[in-house]
Amino acid sequence: MASTIRVRAIASGDTTEVQSLIQHPMDSGFVKDSKGQIIPPHHIEVVQFEHGGKTVFTAYWGPAVSKDPYLKFSFKGGKKGDELKVSWVDNKGTSDSLVAKIN
Amino acid sequence: MTESPDAPDRARRMILKGAVVGGLAGLGFAGSAALSTAYANADASQWPANAFKQKTEADVLKELYGKAATASDKINLDAPEIAENGAVVAIAVTSTLPKVTAISLLVLENPSALAAAYKIPEGTVAAVSNRLKMAKTSKVVAVVESDGKLYSATKEVKVTVGGCGG
Repeated sequence: MASTIRVRAIASGDTTEVQSLIQHPMDSGFVKDSKGQIIPPHHIEVVQFEHGGKTVFTAYWGPAVSKDPYLKFSFKGGKKGDELKVSWVDNKGTSDSLVAKIN
Repeated sequence: MTESPDAPDRARRMILKGAVVGGLAGLGFAGSAALSTAYANADASQWPANAFKQKTEADVLKELYGKAATASDKINLDAPEIAENGAVVAIAVTSTLPKVTAISLLVLENPSALAAAYKIPEGTVAAVSNRLKMAKTSKVVAVVESDGKLYSATKEVKVTVGGCGG
């Protein structure tokens, strides 16, 4: 199965800019389906970014984060060719991770 | 293990041995799969469940940080004046405050006020962009933890079509 995570990390000077897009329904628990049944909440809870054995960014998300969530942040110290690991886990215990290379 | 000279017993033993070896191989495979990632994975037990249940800014901040925020002009909250689609509202926060350790975003009129909370370790820039859902027109609050104190910036976003269904 293809990864749910797409990430682009670009090093420029001493700063690495990270943009990520994760495929996830992010169901809030307030929306009804076509039969009028509530779609239960299903959303990512934690997203973690690691570089060089150190966590560089952690996101805690509630159901108010949009479907297929987008995220952008920057950190110092990353170099071209370094590995950046992205992992997420949702409220049903589903998880995914990806190791990307910094460009 | 002593081998029995009795042939049928031997065959039985071989089968048992095979099962044991197979079982160990299975364990070994599972173990190596878990170890192949040198990093830790996102841990759901860290998720601040209680903060996400709160309805007001004060209660969210008390739950998340144990203190209240004061307004600051050193936080730039970039959000649209009018969001046509409340399901996807692009919101970005940057701050020039020193020693930033956390940024969170609240949509006060949503069923739960807290939308997202971010941890900013040392070496990470005090800036984040994301996309949030908004049920209706609401104040959006960006909270920044700087040097152990909380600061906030607020902006009202008008929503034409709500993003929480219904």
